[in-house]
Amino acid sequence: MRLLEGPEVGAGAESYADHVRRLGGVPDLGPGLIGTLQRSGLAGRGGAAFPTAVKWQAVAERSRGQAVVVVNGAEGEPRSQKDRLLMSARPHLVLDGAFIAARVLRARRVIVYIGERHQSARAAMLRAVAERPDPERGLVTFSAAPARYVAGAEAAAIHFLNEGVATPTTVPPYPFERGVGGAPTLVQNVETLAHVASLARPGGAASTLLLTLAGGVATAGVLEVEAGVTIGEAMRRAGGVTESPRAVLVGGYFGSWVEPERAWLLAIDHESLRRHGLGLGCGVIGLLPASRCPVCETAGIMRYLASESSAQCGPCFFGLRALADACTRISEGSSDGHDLQRLQRWAAEVAGRGSCRHPDGAVMFLASSLDVFAREFAHHTAHNLRRSA
Amino acid sequence: MSTELKLVVDRIKCDGRGLCAELLPELIRLDDWGYPILAPGPIPEHLRALAQRAVEDCPVLAIALRRAERKQ
Ligand SMILES: Cc1cc2nc3c(=O)[nH]c(=O)nc-3n(C[C@H](O)[C@H](O)[C@H](O)COP(=O)(O)O)c2cc1C
Ligand code: SF4
Ligand code: SF4
Repeated sequence: MRLLEGPEVGAGAESYADHVRRLGGVPDLGPGLIGTLQRSGLAGRGGAAFPTAVKWQAVAERSRGQAVVVVNGAEGEPRSQKDRLLMSARPHLVLDGAFIAARVLRARRVIVYIGERHQSARAAMLRAVAERPDPERGLVTFSAAPARYVAGAEAAAIHFLNEGVATPTTVPPYPFERGVGGAPTLVQNVETLAHVASLARPGGAASTLLLTLAGGVATAGVLEVEAGVTIGEAMRRAGGVTESPRAVLVGGYFGSWVEPERAWLLAIDHESLRRHGLGLGCGVIGLLPASRCPVCETAGIMRYLASESSAQCGPCFFGLRALADACTRISEGSSDGHDLQRLQRWAAEVAGRGSCRHPDGAVMFLASSLDVFAREFAHHTAHNLRRSA
Repeated sequence: MSTELKLVVDRIKCDGRGLCAELLPELIRLDDWGYPILAPGPIPEHLRALAQRAVEDCPVLAIALRRAERKQ
């Protein structure tokens, strides 16, 4: 089943009545749902691709009827649109997933955590909850995620819900151990929950992925594809490229640049991307037009990621800032000639040394830039040296 | 099975004064901003006592010893 099948997506939210007419209500579930999730191989769509069944099992074991389900619709990645679109067009699919989680995990509360700028998504979800009967409706509260990149990280969401501060905290304790109000908590991306809703229905399969296509493509925006479709095929379905690309960003700002010829052949699913050392992240696939300067583009994204550090961990706060500054010097032609080596060394040193994976994502992105744009970085650096000579 | 131990740093607590690197340069060096970089792998037997000292002497109690297996 496709998540976006049914009425025209642009027509707004599907009503509860239409949703139930099309798909039936939330099915009766035995305790076997976690097994179903496991067999389906469903992995989180918020970025980390963590196996959903493992998370559910960890919360189920500890719940004792006290668990909390956090529906993560923060969607902090600037280029991503799929979570917003899903909440706006198919809010009941997301809610079905959340209520299934609540039932299977014997949860006491469902908290819908939506990015404060995603107003139409929030409006659609609020209306959708109001359409649900009790006791479902009574489980739900809403919370607006601050418009910061890290606000969508699991530990930051919990920190915000507990104390009003959307910065990550030290783990352990993990959310499944001690989350909202100290209770075992499941934080799950909205797309992942929609796939749960589809899987739980007879004959259901989580066989599609939502992508956001960005950059020089005819129809930029959200595209649903079957797992295993190549990036080239996804681009064809979106009307093709409008400008010959220099590189393809697979996985958004925590992802990697890939040479176009290689990218077109990549199959879009977590397993095969992992085999290539890549990840789908939150599903953003961005094209960098050949007319743009890759070094400037890299520097811009690094500045953004540095500014989005929550400034709690030294290696992330100082490291990302230093990396962004060095990229900027190279791009602007003011480097002393050692910045390229510094970038390599710092990127390796910063990885794995934050409380959350923000710096890891940033340096993975940077490492792919230094690799795929080696020619351009070398050229800029040589230019810098000529200027300083 | 003997328990292998490793050092972990609470990156939010650590304020980068570098005392730990002075005590245990064999396993801890500092990055360009003064924050510790730990050598990978378990702590060798002969450095355990020093590692314990580093844990106790960190002014903000940011370092701990953990068993060397990982969860989730
Ligand atoms: C810096 C950072 C930002 C994140 N932002 C989001 C986000 O906006 N939305 C989201 O669903 N997950 C985000 N995540 C991933 C969450 O931590 C978490 O893995 C996810 O919500 C779990 O749901 P899933 O398993 O269904 O993907 C972010 C992670 C990091 C490290
Ligand atoms: S790693 Fe960076 S973003 Fe994550 S908690 Fe530490 S300072 Fe904040
Ligand atoms: S002694 Fe403690 S605060 Fe100082 S650098 Fe080491 S871990 Fe960080």
